[in-house]
Amino acid sequence: MAALYEGYTLCGVGAVQNSSNIGILGVEQGRDIDHVLVTDSSRCITIYKVSDQRATGSWSVKQGQIISCPAVFNTQSQEYVVVTDDKVVRVWKEDDVNLEKAFKATVSADVLRVLSATDSEPVVLFCCGAVRFLDLLLASPQQPIEHVLAEDEIIRWSTIVKAEHQLVILFSTEQRGEHCLYVQRFNPNTLVKHRFETEPCLSAPISFSATCRGSNIHLLYLYLNGSVYESVLPLRSSSTGAEGVLALSRSLCLSLPLGEEKLMSGAVVVLDEAHVAVVGFPHPSAGACKDYLCIWNTHFQTLQACKEMAGRIYSQLWCYSGKLYIPHGKMLSVIPFECQKSSLAAALGKLKQTSQSESKSCSFVSSWTAQTYSDVTQTTEIKSRMATRNNSNVKSVDQLIEHIKTSAVEDVQAEVGEFIRRTPQADLQLAVGRVALELVSRSQTDANFYPQCVFLQLLETRYLCYSVCPELLSLAMVKKDLHLCQIAFQIFSDIPEAVTCAYLKTILSTSDSEMETVNLDTDSVMFMKELTRAQSRSDEEGGQLNGFCSPALESDVSDTLSNKLQRDPLALDMSCPVGLHKGALLNEVLQTAYSDRPLLPHLKDLTVPQVIVFLQYLRFLYFKYCHDAHKQIRALRTPSISQIIDWVCLLLDAHFTVLAVAPEAKRLISDLHKFVRSQVKLYAELGKIEGSLQVLNSKRSEDFGMYAIQVIELF
Amino acid sequence: MGEFKVHRVRFFDYIPSGIRALAFNRDTERMAVARIDGSVEVFHCSDRFFQEKIIPGREQCGTEGLSWVGERLFSAGLNGGITEYDLTNQKVKYTIDAYGGPIWTITGNQQGTHLAVGCEDGTVKLFEVNEDKIQFERNLDRQKSRIISLSWHPSGSKIAAGMIDMIQIFNVETGHSIHRMLADRGVGTSQSKECVVWGVVYLSDGTIISGDSVGMVKLWDDQTGTLIKSHNVTKCDVLALSVSQNEDSLVAGTSEGTVVQFQFVSVVLGKDDKEWVRTRTFKNHTHDIRAVEEITTAVVSGGMDAQLVVRPLLDKIEVRSAASALRKIHFPHRRLVSCARKSGLMLFQYPGHLELWRLGESEGKGLPGSSLFVKRNPEKLLHLKVKGEDHIHCSAVSPCGEWIVYSTASSLRLYRLHCDNNNISITKISKLPKVLSSANQLCFSSDSSHLISASTQSSVHLVSLSQAGCKFVGTLKPKSGSHQAIHLLATSEDGKWLASASSDHDVHIYNLQTRKAHCTVPVYSSAVTAMGIHPTTNCLFMMYADQQMCEYSIEQKQYTDWSRTVQRKGLHRLWLERDTPCLNVMFNPQNPSHVILHDTYMICIIDQSLPLPDDKTQFYNQLTLKSLPEEQRKSHSHAFKLCKNFKDILCVELMSDQSLVVVERPLEDVAAQLPAPIKQKKFAT
Repeated sequence: MAALYEGYTLCGVGAVQNSSNIGILGVEQGRDIDHVLVTDSSRCITIYKVSDQRATGSWSVKQGQIISCPAVFNTQSQEYVVVTDDKVVRVWKEDDVNLEKAFKATVSADVLRVLSATDSEPVVLFCCGAVRFLDLLLASPQQPIEHVLAEDEIIRWSTIVKAEHQLVILFSTEQRGEHCLYVQRFNPNTLVKHRFETEPCLSAPISFSATCRGSNIHLLYLYLNGSVYESVLPLRSSSTGAEGVLALSRSLCLSLPLGEEKLMSGAVVVLDEAHVAVVGFPHPSAGACKDYLCIWNTHFQTLQACKEMAGRIYSQLWCYSGKLYIPHGKMLSVIPFECQKSSLAAALGKLKQTSQSESKSCSFVSSWTAQTYSDVTQTTEIKSRMATRNNSNVKSVDQLIEHIKTSAVEDVQAEVGEFIRRTPQADLQLAVGRVALELVSRSQTDANFYPQCVFLQLLETRYLCYSVCPELLSLAMVKKDLHLCQIAFQIFSDIPEAVTCAYLKTILSTSDSEMETVNLDTDSVMFMKELTRAQSRSDEEGGQLNGFCSPALESDVSDTLSNKLQRDPLALDMSCPVGLHKGALLNEVLQTAYSDRPLLPHLKDLTVPQVIVFLQYLRFLYFKYCHDAHKQIRALRTPSISQIIDWVCLLLDAHFTVLAVAPEAKRLISDLHKFVRSQVKLYAELGKIEGSLQVLNSKRSEDFGMYAIQVIELF
Repeated sequence: MGEFKVHRVRFFDYIPSGIRALAFNRDTERMAVARIDGSVEVFHCSDRFFQEKIIPGREQCGTEGLSWVGERLFSAGLNGGITEYDLTNQKVKYTIDAYGGPIWTITGNQQGTHLAVGCEDGTVKLFEVNEDKIQFERNLDRQKSRIISLSWHPSGSKIAAGMIDMIQIFNVETGHSIHRMLADRGVGTSQSKECVVWGVVYLSDGTIISGDSVGMVKLWDDQTGTLIKSHNVTKCDVLALSVSQNEDSLVAGTSEGTVVQFQFVSVVLGKDDKEWVRTRTFKNHTHDIRAVEEITTAVVSGGMDAQLVVRPLLDKIEVRSAASALRKIHFPHRRLVSCARKSGLMLFQYPGHLELWRLGESEGKGLPGSSLFVKRNPEKLLHLKVKGEDHIHCSAVSPCGEWIVYSTASSLRLYRLHCDNNNISITKISKLPKVLSSANQLCFSSDSSHLISASTQSSVHLVSLSQAGCKFVGTLKPKSGSHQAIHLLATSEDGKWLASASSDHDVHIYNLQTRKAHCTVPVYSSAVTAMGIHPTTNCLFMMYADQQMCEYSIEQKQYTDWSRTVQRKGLHRLWLERDTPCLNVMFNPQNPSHVILHDTYMICIIDQSLPLPDDKTQFYNQLTLKSLPEEQRKSHSHAFKLCKNFKDILCVELMSDQSLVVVERPLEDVAAQLPAPIKQKKFAT
């Protein structure tokens, strides 16, 4: 649970000139936890003793000068540092009265901010992305400052994180709509650039908050659509920044509810590992009013505490030592808070005692594809293990991969086969992914290289899954290797809906004649053969199926017309609308796991003729199933009737309007409707007698009344 | 191995009586259970909940409360009396009237000095517990409405009393009320209904917890008399409360059949400010829960559905064992049916009457698994009502079917049955020897020539029966040891030996010819649940509550080799994990190596000539053996042959014509005769 306590006003805030930000540049920690340094944009820096709510010192710059970054306190030298007019660094002590008389130095480039962490030298961050320690900068103020960022790349946000004597500077930049995060580490100096994952509907992150837990930096950032993402960065990184731009892996940890009004700004700050404070977003039950400060639990996605703030809220929020500083209306308020760890699990006896220590350093893997070159320690470990376990005549993974890069298809095939046979199971699991990745990447670059058999071998180990090697399926689809696709669909359980749809589209757009030449899994083809043959057999047997022979049939065997008339109107006069192989592949799609909401948008990509063919096939399957045809067929994998119905529903949902107006779909839809209606009626009637059948069934088993003489035998 | 003709009997309309009160004695680990029919039972919690003692009830008893004071057990009821029980001899010791009208609750203080009872007339009466009796001391301030529930503060200086619409706190010294706390009535239509405080618990930190008919569990502060917190537990009544010994857990039983647990935990990990937090809900009952007790590792609850449910708290259990399984006790651990083996008669013991039935007859033969044609239906020969208000304690029919005997707490009656063709008549034997005034257990010798009656002080009386009447032969007494009541008797087929087992686990063997104590079986830590003497070898076969078995040679006065082998090799895990005790030991005269046992869910034939199963062997192997060809069966079979065709078995007996009588009482039939439970809305009904 978390609680917000009664707050109090620290200070009034001067007139607001530009509307987006209040006249506060920043609130920084002072010389101890009870002091904060408030820098406002009207040339004034004030120190407040928070518990007393009073100012203990104040300095201002001359008219005409502008404070260009929040003042900070250098805990090592017990001095205050501020930058005026972008280039002038001023340093003064508590007992200096006049800022003009304090030490100042003009530097050669525009300073963005001075960042200070306790017990370490402040760091000066320049607008061009360069960083200097303050003492080194002041030793030679006019030293040249290199350009790190591109011309039009602007720093939007920056912070400093300190843990285990390691300083890390994080800043995010914007360049022509592209947003990046830079991670500057010291000793050795490295700068790593990460790119934020972007989605079309998302703009830039509007607020950031970074904390250090264990040996990782947890960066939380908020988007205007209410999503709060978390990225984990290692405190120490082995990468030197030479790799270029890395993707920043992220996980969604909170989705804030949005009101009807369009939001312009907001701020988030991390309170502890489970709680974040958010301003600028509406309270979920208080309507559209945005003037709330809320504490959310990111583990349970629950609102833990909230407070309505008087006056308008700016997207600024700071948190120092158990207190939130929030400017609102014409004042800066201090709101103490408390976050507690829930002990419900402990109460239930489920939790013995949690050790709060974080798991060890999470090796930073930006995505699975990057694994091969991202984490040196991990791969060396694998390497060494493999080296010890394998005898010398089997190639190690690295040797194999080197080989894959150059060898011919036949050689690769032989070697991989050997490798799979010889490698112990546990190591194989780790190695298969790397081998597959390497094979795929070679196939993508080398048009003549496509070792289908090797891929099948790798799939048969069952150690591959979609996420290990996402490119494999797309490669297979590009190469029109439907057999490989089919096997992959049988084995992978984590295929994204988009890929499922792309595959579906590929199948439906391939002509039947082309399809029949493809070599497919025999079991699935057998199933389709049986399914279609069962239909033709019932056609042959005609009226005799029910043990009933119509008189017309007896009198005139050749009179097939009257024979047809006698038959059940529901009996199938339909042939399979697609070829056997296409049907077999479609069956595989039907059995794939999916969730309907992500699937629907992708289903819309299908063209109308494709939809109609697919729907016809589904109708065919559905009718067949209702005639119990499939029960006589022995096959390992068959789509279930509920899967078929689900897909019919999905297809109708996705293309409802199109199907409603398309003339060629009309017959199909009305057929389906009629059939479903009759089924519903049938099941409703069956439902009525279910109860009595149940009673009969239960009675029959054990009913001998009050007395019986039975014979039992014991062996 | 063998075919059996089975008389499957389901017409014994036994209805277990609902549970009204529970009292747990932490020192002795005994759970006392009071039922609505006035009977009181004592279960041994650390001996697989074996029902050690049964004190039969009486009409119009209306027990409402139970309380231990040290090792003494007291009850009070709506008849206005307080009863102390003689647990050694399993009978009522005395009853005194409290003169306050019906008593709703009774509770003793932790010091063991006083008992408090809550009466209909609004008084809380204090009784001093003396050496051998209790003595009225005084009344606390009289209230306007009846006292429903009481709880002592652990210090013994204060008492909280639950009444209608309020709770009072009394100072025991002065007898005056310190605080009066009003319990809210329900909202809406139930506003007009009074709020009955069904249960109160007074904690040592001064917190009072109440459960009421509005469905609330409320926490009060006794210093200020104010409500601290309330939890809405149910829409119906909260009928029972119990707190654990270290006061960190509370259970509440509701009329919906749920038990709700509250725990006193800190909301924030590692901090001291603890709160009562609702944690778990158990639903093991179909009807009202009238009593609930939290014992060391489990929650025990009982109610109108007559079953005693032991729900283990898994967080307090270190290892998975038989003690960590949910246990439901439906039927008494005594035999309510006795059979006349030689004449095909069954005697059913109900609380207030006896029924004598003759088994039916079949025609022809049938394949295993089939039912035979019933040529003659079973026939009820006799319906014998008990004289007086006391319920039957024990009963027996002689093997020849000529004698019927039963005993209540106050009297013992012996009848002689005359059966010529269809005319049944009985005559009561009038002049009984004086020693036969009441019995804890009764049995006949196998030739029906003697009646054996277990009496007080572990003594056994021997009476010879003849056409003329009965004649006292002698009394057998154990040489030493304690004098707990005997709950099992067994005679040998040749009439020479008698074995008696008492509730303190003593098994004595007497020589009936010399009428002297022969020997004592070494005492085992678990109670004997069933025993029998082998007809040819004269070995005593004993089953214990912990599912162990022993065979003791009477003549050699030592355990047999087979018994030692069993002890050495150990029994199969699945055998030891069964949760109902074996209730009868029988022998097949045609096959001396067979011992027949049964519990509530199975019949087992132990073939002592076959190898014992170890933990790797398939234990339930009947289906496997059935599917194997004859010649391979031998290699796959082991000594335990279990038949699980039957369930809810009350009695199994092997008749002299080799047929088995299996008396079942299906729980569905019992449930059908219970009153309807509180109707609960389920989905769209």
